[in-house]
Amino acid sequence: MNAIILSALLGVVMMFSGIITKNKSNITKIAAVGLFLLLVANVLNTYGGYVVHVDTHSLLNFEKFGLFFNSIAITATLIYVLLSGKEIENVGVNTAEYYALIFFVLCGVSILSSFNGLLMLFLGIEIMSIPLYILTGTDKRNLKSNEASLKYFLMGAFSTGIMLMGIALVYGATGTFALGTTSISPSAGVVKTSFLEVAGLLLLFVSMCFKVSAAPFHFWTPDVYDGAPGVFTSFMATIVKAAGFIAFIRLFDTHTDVLGPTWKILLAFVIIATLLIGNITAVFQQSVKRMLAYSSIAQAGFMLFALYSNNDFAKEGILLYATAYSFATIGIFAILIKMKDYTFDGFNGLAKSQPVLAFANTVFLLSLAGIPLTAGFFAKYYMLASVVKTGGSLWLVIVAVVFAAISVYYYFRVIQAMYFKEGEPETTTITTGFKTGLVLLAALIILLGIFPSIVLNYFYF
Amino acid sequence: MIPVLLILIPLITGLVSFFLNHSNTAKSWALLSSFITLTVAIAGIFFYPSQQLAFDSAWLPDLGSRFSLSMDGMGKMLCLLTAVSFPLIFGATYKNQYKNPGGFYGLMLLTQAGLIGVFVATDALLFYFFWELALVPVYFLCSLWGGEKRIAVTFKFFIYTFIGSLLMLVGILYLYFHTPDHSFALRSFYNIKLAAKQEGFIFWLFFIAFAIKMPVFPFHTWQPDAYEQSPTSTTMVLSGIMVKMGIFAVVRWLLPVFPNASVQFANIIIILSVTGMLYASLIAIRQDDIKRLIAYSSIAHIGLMCAAMFSHNKTGMEGVMIQMFNHGINVIGLWIIADVIEQQLGTRKFSELGGLAQKAPVLAILLVIMALANIALPLTNAFIGEFLMFNGLFQYNMWMAAVAGISVILAAVYTLNMVQKILYGHTVAATENAVDISSNVQWVLVVLAIMVIALGVYPQPLINLTKDTVNAIMVNR
Repeated sequence: MNAIILSALLGVVMMFSGIITKNKSNITKIAAVGLFLLLVANVLNTYGGYVVHVDTHSLLNFEKFGLFFNSIAITATLIYVLLSGKEIENVGVNTAEYYALIFFVLCGVSILSSFNGLLMLFLGIEIMSIPLYILTGTDKRNLKSNEASLKYFLMGAFSTGIMLMGIALVYGATGTFALGTTSISPSAGVVKTSFLEVAGLLLLFVSMCFKVSAAPFHFWTPDVYDGAPGVFTSFMATIVKAAGFIAFIRLFDTHTDVLGPTWKILLAFVIIATLLIGNITAVFQQSVKRMLAYSSIAQAGFMLFALYSNNDFAKEGILLYATAYSFATIGIFAILIKMKDYTFDGFNGLAKSQPVLAFANTVFLLSLAGIPLTAGFFAKYYMLASVVKTGGSLWLVIVAVVFAAISVYYYFRVIQAMYFKEGEPETTTITTGFKTGLVLLAALIILLGIFPSIVLNYFYF
Repeated sequence: MIPVLLILIPLITGLVSFFLNHSNTAKSWALLSSFITLTVAIAGIFFYPSQQLAFDSAWLPDLGSRFSLSMDGMGKMLCLLTAVSFPLIFGATYKNQYKNPGGFYGLMLLTQAGLIGVFVATDALLFYFFWELALVPVYFLCSLWGGEKRIAVTFKFFIYTFIGSLLMLVGILYLYFHTPDHSFALRSFYNIKLAAKQEGFIFWLFFIAFAIKMPVFPFHTWQPDAYEQSPTSTTMVLSGIMVKMGIFAVVRWLLPVFPNASVQFANIIIILSVTGMLYASLIAIRQDDIKRLIAYSSIAHIGLMCAAMFSHNKTGMEGVMIQMFNHGINVIGLWIIADVIEQQLGTRKFSELGGLAQKAPVLAILLVIMALANIALPLTNAFIGEFLMFNGLFQYNMWMAAVAGISVILAAVYTLNMVQKILYGHTVAATENAVDISSNVQWVLVVLAIMVIALGVYPQPLINLTKDTVNAIMVNR
């Protein structure tokens, strides 16, 4: 509860901070302090400390899993603001408002990690999405940014409509918004599923696939990620996406038995389609930013495994995956938006001119590719292990590792450009603080790659 | 504690090396580090009590994985090979100049750490970690300091081996969930009983990973290009030590874990290996490039080792053990000579060479010794190994052994042809002003030549060293 209330309040505070100070870097500092407070409040909540106690009438359920995800999301946002704060200030004139929107997104994220009913799911999705539509269009004079914003809004509105339809149908079948109640009557040993509930759940599934950009509902992703200002793409592709997955898993944690064996087939189809489209299309990109958009689709394919296997390994794994993926992607975007040229060739020779950046970027890319000694390896490891643990479906795991090997191709293209090609990459000014931040983030990723238990032990306590 | 030291010394010195900018400092640092590793390896393996050779500590308790290292006979021998090779490689290429030397030697030492880790890990997840740790630095070494086509070639090599490793990872995970105590420990893996169908399936997941690394036909296509384009000192590591990872892994992780499948599929694998031997030997005859010739000849030798491993008898296995060490020594010797010729004369093509024996007699003598070892002439080290392996293969199937035997003749054809074209005949433009090899290369080659002859006359130490591994494999069956 702490995180929901405090993030909403901090959003309001950020709006007013624009009146108090005109100095943009001060606003960033206020935001960073706010995020830190938010983190402290959420950690307190995890150990039972409440700022205010609100009876939510079981609309929200604050369990360790969700609260811990909040901590990850807030930490990732903090890292993001510390690394890319300068760029947020440079997007436009309304810096305070951007931060306010980011805090509102976090409010939506905290609801999504703890919802216990379909209504709260809807509220969370909307609170998270609407600020994002605005953030996408913040580069007002750029036609691509406007296009992206409009596209995102239309697609988002459409999928929200589908979600509402699904919620209505499920409500019609079960008579409640609460999760975990189904229309299956346990009596007489005959499983009788209600058509309304199955249809409703399928609509919910489709709308959630939209939100996490799983194929074949991914078409908005590349354009939106490409059109939005780089800093906000970074935020969307990491924290928001991971939150979408947490919501997805919470939603379908208990409902899968209604759908029967078809569920696994459906999901396997979506997973393979997502991996295929994400990986194969990423191979052919010329712009690193667009490549990262497709790579985020490909990574979504891996995260869907948590939904597929739905066991304890999957729960732990998705937290680790969210951490590893967010940290690495935030790092890469922080470097990318310092570059003048977003194509692969723009990175040529970076290792010569900016060795620290190139090194950190290599660690992030290796982590996304899932090479051992980085956090990304254990993230992928947990996802694969969770599926192997279910007993069958070994073929799906083998398909996944083949795609993981393909992903090496496009991640390594950046490494090749940086280290093995000659060039004079142009960057904006790079401060020592930024470099230090990147190296610390890279060190964190390597540390998590050797001792992933740091994240997971916390979850167990 | 010894295996930990053997990993940590190159790891730490390697990391330090990245900060050394001066060429000579980096070289001396790497040479010093590799000598310390060698000393520790010799002292640990021959003089310390054997309980020092194991190490066990908690690593990932939630996952059931421990940081456990231990050395059996084969592990000892391969650690020794790694420890001996690196000072020789550094010594022989001491005069070579690299841009960014600190990075070069740093990555070489990291590779060494990964290799030793692979040879001593007794936990499957840890083994996988080291398996990859050995690969990533090599990728950078080849891509940064390699030849013209290095980027594409090395990339192919990386993706090839990475697919293999990932398949192996799936296999490891599958086995993990079938261990009674949910553990990655080697001992638990040995106790797994799988149904025949599953065993066969998982067997191939592992075998493809190892077959790519060795490489066995038809997974070999990355190898000649990668050997040719890599900087020669990296090629020495690749072909001298890294291919042994594949063979080692089969003996350590495949044969005992999948006893039934490895008998069931032995026929297919031996046919593939023997085909690869003939195929590679025939291609080697047509080569005009020293490096490519050695690369193909290496495929042929590895094919024999793979076939002998799967012939499932003690003689063959002893041969494999001996040959793992000896092939490392011989092939490094050949690469050193190839490197010397390329550095000095600027070409690796036989058609542009000739008459070198008149200008560089010492080189000529040493090249002939290495070449004879490559053909496995009696009194050279390779003879004993190949003899035992052919013997083992013969016990398994006479016809296979007969077909494989053709490759020995072919080996003589291409190796002697190479020697003849490089050393004899009239001097040509390239060799007109050639001088003999410098003293550091000479010393290294003399050491190698002594090892070639000494182990050829008296191979018993190697057989004794690896006796426990061979017996354990045979008991398991």
